[in-house]
Amino acid sequence: MSLAAITSAINRRLPWWAGPIAIVTALTLFTFYSLWVVFFQSHAATYQTPEGINYLSPFYSPYIPSPWEWLSPAVFILWIPLGFRATCYYYRKAYYRAFFWDPPACSDDAQRKEPREPESYRGERAAPWIFNNIHRYFFYGSIIIVTFLAIEAVLAMFPVDGGFALPLGALILLINAILLGGYTFGCHSFRHLIGGRLDCYSCFKGGGALRKLYKGVSKLNARHATWAWASLFSVVFADIYLRLVIAQIISDPILFRI
Amino acid sequence: MESSQHRGASPETQKTVRINIYRGDAEGGEFVEYDVPLVEGMVVLDAVLYVQAHISPDLAVRWNCKAAHCGSCGGEVNGRPKLLCKTRVDDYEGEEIRVSPMRAFPLIKDLVTDVSWNYEVARSIPEFKPAEKAPFTMYEEDVERLYEPKRCIECFLCQDVCHVLRSHHKHPAFAGPRFFAKIQSLEMHPMDTGHRTEYLKEGRGGIGFCNITKCCTEVCPEHINITDNSIIPLKERVVGDYYDPAKWLMRKIRGRRNGE
Ligand code: SF4
Ligand code: SF4
Ligand code: FES
Ligand code: FES
Repeated sequence: MSLAAITSAINRRLPWWAGPIAIVTALTLFTFYSLWVVFFQSHAATYQTPEGINYLSPFYSPYIPSPWEWLSPAVFILWIPLGFRATCYYYRKAYYRAFFWDPPACSDDAQRKEPREPESYRGERAAPWIFNNIHRYFFYGSIIIVTFLAIEAVLAMFPVDGGFALPLGALILLINAILLGGYTFGCHSFRHLIGGRLDCYSCFKGGGALRKLYKGVSKLNARHATWAWASLFSVVFADIYLRLVIAQIISDPILFRI
Repeated sequence: MESSQHRGASPETQKTVRINIYRGDAEGGEFVEYDVPLVEGMVVLDAVLYVQAHISPDLAVRWNCKAAHCGSCGGEVNGRPKLLCKTRVDDYEGEEIRVSPMRAFPLIKDLVTDVSWNYEVARSIPEFKPAEKAPFTMYEEDVERLYEPKRCIECFLCQDVCHVLRSHHKHPAFAGPRFFAKIQSLEMHPMDTGHRTEYLKEGRGGIGFCNITKCCTEVCPEHINITDNSIIPLKERVVGDYYDPAKWLMRKIRGRRNGE
C-alpha cells in the first residue's frame, strides 16, 4: 500500500474533528513556544561551543542586538516568520478550519457546526482577515531571513581556530534552512510573482526562463503544506537543540573535521 | 427523522443492500429505506435506478451518461457531495448509506435540484475578449495551464460543498469555485484582453468570501485543484490590482488604473 493510500484509509476512519484538533494543538504549542522565546529568553542568543563553533538560534537570525536587557533580540525578527505563517494561504486554511470552524471540515454534519450566523460571514472581505492580503510583503521579508539562516548554517561549519568542521548543530541548522527554503519558495505569492501573473510566456524575451522558474515553484507549491509543517518542526527542533547545547545539557558532536 | 420502509421484490437468496433515499420537495421530506439486490461493482446510481424501476416509479433523479462525464447526477452520499454514477456501493460496506440531493440549491423533487442559479452566474462573467479574430496561433507553453480547469464537467459538487453557498447562502454575491476555475481559464488565456479582477473583487464574483478552506478541491470528481490553481492565483491577481500598497502607490502616481 502506498503512503497516500494509507493516509487516505486512516482519514476515512478518523472522525472529522481529528484533523482540526491536531492542528489546534500543534499551532497553539508553536505559538506559546515562540512567545516564550520572545518574552522569557531575552539573554544573548549567540553562543560559542568549547570546540570554537559559533551558533545563533534560528529564532534570532539575523541577529539584531536588543538595546534593553529585558527585551529579547528575537522581537526584531520573529514578527516576520510569524506574520509569514499567519498570512500563508495554507495556514489560513488550517486555522480557519481548526480554530474558527469556518467550516471545521467538509461533510454535512461538520458544516452544520459552523458557528456563524449566515448574515455575519464576511470571509476575507473585511477586517481582520482582509489583512491577509499583504502576505507577499511577509514573503519579501522571509527571503532575507532564509538567506541569513543559510549563511548562519554555513558559518557554523568554520570554527574560530580555522579549518572546516561539520558539527551536528550545523547540520541541523542546514536542514532547517533547506526546509524553510522549500516552504518559503513554494509560497503562492511567489508563484504568482515569478510567473503566475503572466498570461503569455512566448510573447517576450526571457519568458521561457520565467516559465521554467514558475513551474519549479509550482512543484514546491504542490507540497506546500508538507513544507510548512516540516519547517515548523525543524525550526523548533533546532532552537531546542541549541538551547540544550548552550545549557551544556548535551554536547554538540563534531561529525568530521578537516 | 421518521422513515418509512420498502422492500425490493428480491428473491430470498440474493444479497441485498439497504439504502436510504431522501424523498420530498421544497416543502419538506424524509429519508425512505429501500432494500436493493446487491450486484458486484454497482454504483449508488444503479441502486437508485433499481428503486425507480422496481419499487417507486415516481422517484426523481437526474442522470445521463452514467460514466462520470455529463455531470448531471450530482447528489450527496452520507452528507458528502458525490457523482451518484461514480460512487461505488461497496465503498460503504458496514456503513449506512444515505442518498440526498445537493443542499446548496433549491430542491425540485427527491434527488433533483434546481441548478439554474449557476447558469445565471456563468452569464455574469466578463466574456472572452480575444486580441485578434480567431483562428489564432497559440503555443503549448502558454495554454498548458488552461487544460486543468477545462476538465470541468459542471457537476456543481464544488458549489454544493462550498460553505459560502451551503451555510452562508451568499448566492447573490458569490460566484463559487466552479466559476473561479472558469475565470482562471479566461484570465490566463494568452489571447484574452479582458479584465476580471474588478468582477472578482467588487462585482458578482465575491472572491473575498472564499477563505480557501479547500472543500471544493476535496470533492471535485475531475480532481481539479480549484483552490491552489484557480482561486489562489486569482486572489493574487486581485491583491496585485487592489491591495498591494506599492502597486496602489504606483497607480496613484501614474494617475491611472492598471491596464485600463
Ligand atoms: S476554497 Fe473557497 S470556494 Fe472552495 S469551498 Fe472553500 S470557501 Fe468555497
Ligand atoms: S470544478 Fe469539479 S466539482 Fe466543480 S463543477 Fe467542475 S467538475 Fe464539478
Ligand atoms: S502561501 Fe504559504 S507561505 Fe505564501
Ligand atoms: S450520469 Fe453523467 S456524470 Fe453521472
